Parts: sequence; C-alpha cells; structure tokens
Amino acid sequence: MQRHFEQEIEKLKTLLIKMSSLAEDAIAKSIRAMLEKQPSIAQQVVDQDTAINLMEVEIDQAVVDLLALQQPVATDLRFILAASKINNDLERIGDHAVNIAESARKFSEISTIEPVVDIPQMSQITKAMLRDSIDGFIHSNTALCLAVLKNDDLIDELNKKVVNELVEAIRKNPKMVEEALEIIRVSRNLERVADLATNIAEEVIFIREARVVKHHLEDPKKK
Amino acid sequence: MMTLTVKMTTKVATHGLNLFYGEKQALHSISLDIPAHRVTAFIGPSGCGKSTFLRSLNRMNDLIQNVRTEGQVLLDGMNIYADDIDVVELRKRVGMIFQKSNPFPKSIYENVAYGPKINGMQNRAALDEIVETSLRRAALWDEVKDELKKSALSLSGGQQQRLCIARALAVNPDVLLMDEPASALDPIATGKIEELIFELKDKYTIVIVTHNMQQAARVSDLTAFFYLGELIEFGKTKSLFTTPEKKQTEDYITGRFG
Amino acid sequence: MKPLRFTLGKMVVPISAFASFGVILIVIIVMGTILAGGWSTLSWEFLTATPSEGMTKGGIFPSIVGTVLLVLTMSIAGVPIGTITALYLSEYSTKGSYLSRGIRFAVNTLAGVPAIVFGLFGLGFFVQFVGGGLDSIFADGIQVKWSQPNILWASLTMAILTLPVVIVSVEEAIKAVPQELRAASLALGATQWQTIWKVVLPNSLTGILTGAILAVSRGAGEVAPILFTGAAYFLPELPSGLSDQFMELGYHIYIMSTQSTNVEATEGIQYATTLVLLLLTFVLNFSAIFVRSRLRSRVTRA
Repeated sequence: MQRHFEQEIEKLKTLLIKMSSLAEDAIAKSIRAMLEKQPSIAQQVVDQDTAINLMEVEIDQAVVDLLALQQPVATDLRFILAASKINNDLERIGDHAVNIAESARKFSEISTIEPVVDIPQMSQITKAMLRDSIDGFIHSNTALCLAVLKNDDLIDELNKKVVNELVEAIRKNPKMVEEALEIIRVSRNLERVADLATNIAEEVIFIREARVVKHHLEDPKKK
Repeated sequence: MMTLTVKMTTKVATHGLNLFYGEKQALHSISLDIPAHRVTAFIGPSGCGKSTFLRSLNRMNDLIQNVRTEGQVLLDGMNIYADDIDVVELRKRVGMIFQKSNPFPKSIYENVAYGPKINGMQNRAALDEIVETSLRRAALWDEVKDELKKSALSLSGGQQQRLCIARALAVNPDVLLMDEPASALDPIATGKIEELIFELKDKYTIVIVTHNMQQAARVSDLTAFFYLGELIEFGKTKSLFTTPEKKQTEDYITGRFG
Repeated sequence: MKPLRFTLGKMVVPISAFASFGVILIVIIVMGTILAGGWSTLSWEFLTATPSEGMTKGGIFPSIVGTVLLVLTMSIAGVPIGTITALYLSEYSTKGSYLSRGIRFAVNTLAGVPAIVFGLFGLGFFVQFVGGGLDSIFADGIQVKWSQPNILWASLTMAILTLPVVIVSVEEAIKAVPQELRAASLALGATQWQTIWKVVLPNSLTGILTGAILAVSRGAGEVAPILFTGAAYFLPELPSGLSDQFMELGYHIYIMSTQSTNVEATEGIQYATTLVLLLLTFVLNFSAIFVRSRLRSRVTRA
C-alpha cells in the first residue's frame, strides 16, 4: 500500500495531467478554428478557458498544502516546485489559445484567403512540442524533453519567416493588412506556446536530473 | 488536499477543564471538541500542558498525588469525572500509548493477550484470534507471527512500540491517546508509526501529543496549539499550518520561539 | 614534586588490595581452623546418626533435621507476611499517612531489638500466652500441648525476628519495578490488584527471594531466640508435628561447648557440627541464589 504522502503526490500529478489535456485541447481547437475558419469552435475555446483557470487555482492550493504539511525533499521537492511552474505555464498556454481563438474568429469574418504561409507547419510543430513535453512529464522521459528543446529554435525561425513574408505581402497589397495582422498574431502566439512547452520540458529535466538547462545555461546536446 | 466533506461528530469534548498540581495551575479552562475517526494533534513547547491534558482524557492523572481536576470531560456525552464513573472501565474505552514503549517482560503473545485476559477471557481460541487481529492492525503480525513466544523485550524499539499499540487495540477501545509515540524512534520506525496512525483512524479516534510539528502536520486532521497551560488555537491542520490565526501560533510553528 | 592528589590516588589501590587480602586471610584462617578441627569427625555416619553416649559419640542428624524444619517453617510464616506488608507500604498506602509512618517506625524498631529479647518475647507471648490459651480452649487446661516450647513457637519467633529484613528487601524489589509497567497495565483497564498480581509481583520475585535468602541466613544462625521457645538439648525422636520440640545445630554447638560433661572428647564433634552448620547455610544460600538467577534470566530474556 502506498504511503499517504505518495498518494498525495499522485493526486497532484493527476490534476496536472488533466490540466495539460485541457490546454492541449484548447490549442488544437483554436488552430482548427483558424485554419478551417470555424468561429463556433473558437467560441468553445473561449468558454473552456474558465475551467483551465479554476484548475490552476486548485493546483496552486494543492502545492501549498503539500509543501506546508509534508516537508518534501529531493525529487519530491523538485517535482512539487516544477509542478507549480508547469501549472502556470499551462494556464498561459490556455490564454494563448484564447488569443488564437479570437484571432481566428476575426479572421474568419474578414478574410477571403487561406492562411497558408507557414502557419500549418508551425502549428504542427508546436502541437507536437506541447504533446512531447507533457508526455515527457507524465513518463519522466528526459530524452523526449531534450528533443523539444531543439525544436524551439525552429519555431523562432518560422515565426520570423512568417512575419517577414507577411510584411512583404502587406507592402504589395495594403488592403489585406487586417487579415495579415491576425495571421501574425497567431504566429506570435504559437511561438509563445512553443516557448512555454520548452519551459515545461526544462522543468521536467530539472525534476529528473536536477540539472538546470534553462536559458541555454547548459548545452542541451551534451548529456 | 483532502477536504473533510463527511460531517464530523464529536467523540471527546472538554468544557472548562482546569488542573492543579497542588497550588500550581497547570491547565487553564481548556474547552475542546475532539472529533471521532480523526487524528487530532496537540503541539506546543515543553511544559505547555499538552501531555497533562492528554492524560486527563483517561484519568491517568488520578495516579499522581496532589492533582485536582475541575471541569468536565465528556466521552460520547458522558462526563468521565462524575462520581459514579468506573475508572477501570473508562480506561478500556480510552487506551494510551506512552512515549517510551513499555511492553511487559513477558512473551509477545502474553503482552497482547494481557488486556483480554484481565477482562476475564480465557478461551484459548478466542485469545489467539484477538492476538492475531490486534497484531495485524498494528502492522506487526508478519514480523512476529512465528515468534509469538519470544520475549517482547527482544524486539526493536519500533517493533516494541507497535506491540504496545497492538496491546492497546486488543481491548477494543474507542479512543487511542498517544503521548509522543515516535519520539524515541529512528526515522524509518517513525514513518511506520505514522503510516499506522493513518490506517487506524478508520476504526478509532486518535489523539496524539507531539513535540515534532512536522509530524503533526503530516499526520493529523486537526491540531491544537497549547502554551503555558492554555489552548491558544485549534483548527484544521491545513489551515493552522498555512494561515494560523494567532500570532503566537505562527511564531511557534515558524520556530521563532519554543 | 607531584601534587598530593596523584600520590593519594596511587595509594588507594594498594591500600584496598591490602584490606581485601586481610579480610580473605581472616576468613581462610577461621575456615581453616574449623576444617582442621572437624574434618576427621565428619563422615556419612556422623551426618545420619543421632548422638549417643551422653553426646560424646554419634551424629547430629536430628539437629540437621531440626534446623531445616525451623528455617522452612519460619520462611513459610514470615515471607508472605513480610511481602504483604511491603506491598501495602509501597502500593496501597498514601505516602506520609500516619498508618504507613507507624508501620515503618515499627519495622525499624524491630530491626534493632536484640535477639535474646525476641527469645523472651517468644516465651512469654507464644509459649505461655497463646499456647496456654490454645490449651485451655482445646484441652480444657488439662493436657499441656501447646503451652510448651516447640517448632511452631520457635519458627514464629524467628519469623518476627527476620521480618524487617524481608520487608525491606521486598519493598526495594517492588520499588524497582518501573512505574511505566504499572502505568501500562492501568491504562489497559486493569485494577490495582490485577496490576500487582500480574505485573508487579512477578517482576519483583527476585527481590522477594533475596529477602527470603537473607531471612534464612539469619534464621539458621541465631540461637538466642530459640533458647526458650523450642530448642532442646537431646531428643530421642525426630519431631513429628508442630507441637514438638526439636534439636538445632546452633544450639547444639552452644550446649556442647559450654555444658558438655567432657569437653575434650566432644571437641571434634563441636568443630564438625560448626562445619556442618556453615555448610548448611552455604547450601541454603546458594540454592536460593541459583533459583533467583534462573528466574532473573527468564524474566529479562525469555
């Protein structure tokens, strides 16, 4: 039979897993709303953000209780501290999903073109990064997380590319400035989501190996 | 993380309990409701009266000369200090575990069977069953089941304490009073005792005195903070350790005094 | 020059060694003298035969039997009473109450009474008063059965003599039982008597035995109390009941060395009797100590 403390840790983990699936779902829906011009799906994302915010508060309270009552040390302590940060990251991912959803709604109203550029590719990579970092958290898989870190640079590049291309397009065709701005917003939000996914991956590595890989302090290619 | 959604019933209540050692007043008007099937912890610095208060719940203070107790202690609504109360019967319902484990210098079996035997039980089979059940409940059965005839004193400190718990459980009490049960034990043995307390609160009401605040935080549902014979604060452990109401409580649990 | 305390410290060991050797030397001399004087007289026949020819020949068997009977009866009478008194003093009485202070005062006084006074008390109280009373109730004052010296009165007198020793050792043993064991028993819902019977007494058994051993040692050696209350100079038969007189080793030695008709002839017998008395005391002591150590190991380990 598990110790009482271990049961409490499991409960925290379960809450985080639930929260992460809500966040992933929000991102997926918001991107779909954008690419397929579905304002109703966008509305769903906005509505479901409340659930994500409530969960953040619940997890925060759980973290405080665990720290106050159980005096965790070592891996347990790192887990709980990381859980707190991952919690915040996931909530912000939810906020970005809302942003993307709002851009999607506006875009579907005003736009006649397809938001091709690199958005589909960016969204694929971002979703994969989020998925991998959360999987890495659930299964304590640091290899997966290290892979996530590599993709962050790629997303940054793609974001810059999108912005540049759209700036060019606006110059050529000033009338599409509003649509282009929405696409740029989506791209920026995706880039932020990718950053947050990277944060999560870094926290997981910290939990497992007590190594701080943030801010490129350590070359992630070395093991 | 566990919210107490089940309604709590009071098992032991004290109203204005005062206790005097001769002229010196050791407890000042303590009023406290201890709920059933929960773990209530008493914390406070040395000499604050928490152990004295604990002992007044099964009238073990009666054994000390010059002790005078005023006020009421209600067990399921009945005042245990009333004149017509049989103290011996009371102690069968309210058992006690002591700071230093004190098994009798007899065999493990005889230790656990002591309580039922003095209550008149003689049937060997019935005794065997009670001994096994009690040792299982105290998480000691697997370790001693092949050696029940061995002397209780040959067990380790942690095992001896669990034996004392089994011995107390054998008389089927409602309430278990534990006076710093793990203070003489190493961390592993302490952990086992704490796990055991979790398992026991299902069937019993547990009151534990501890000078180790972290233990109180880990183990209890409610905590009472005593200082100089007074009850300063009493509430859910979670609240008391995250947002204590009184400054004295906060100073104590953050280690600023005591 | 080294400080004084060093020199004093160094002197302690040689001085205490010297003192110890001195004591051992004295014991050896005494034992040696007795052994030398009595060895030749000691034989199986000596131990199993009765004295004959006006005590100049024969054995001391009746004296041995008498001594053993005396000591046994004395213990049966004295140890339980002493134990119960000690129990009362340590478990039941309120500390400082008049009754307990009175009892302690009585015990301390008793310890200081000279043995001969006990003898006189035994004669006046047991033999004449109680014995006389018994005879008048059961035998209509005609038959003289109980108002004479006998084993019963001698044992009771000795029991009273050794009572302080028993009470003190038993009380010590009871006090040595840790309070936590009593607390554990009471917390389980045992009454005070149950606690005493099941926890305190079993754990103080060794102390009770110690008290009994000390009483026995004293009882086997004291002669004054039995002078008037039961010991006899010569009896043709062994005592068959409590109302009979008995011969006793210590008394025998006394008689032989002071009132014998032929002191030289009985010299060997005197030494041998002394030797037997000593050996008997040793045997009694050692067997009790043996039983005690067996009990002790059972209590602390098994």
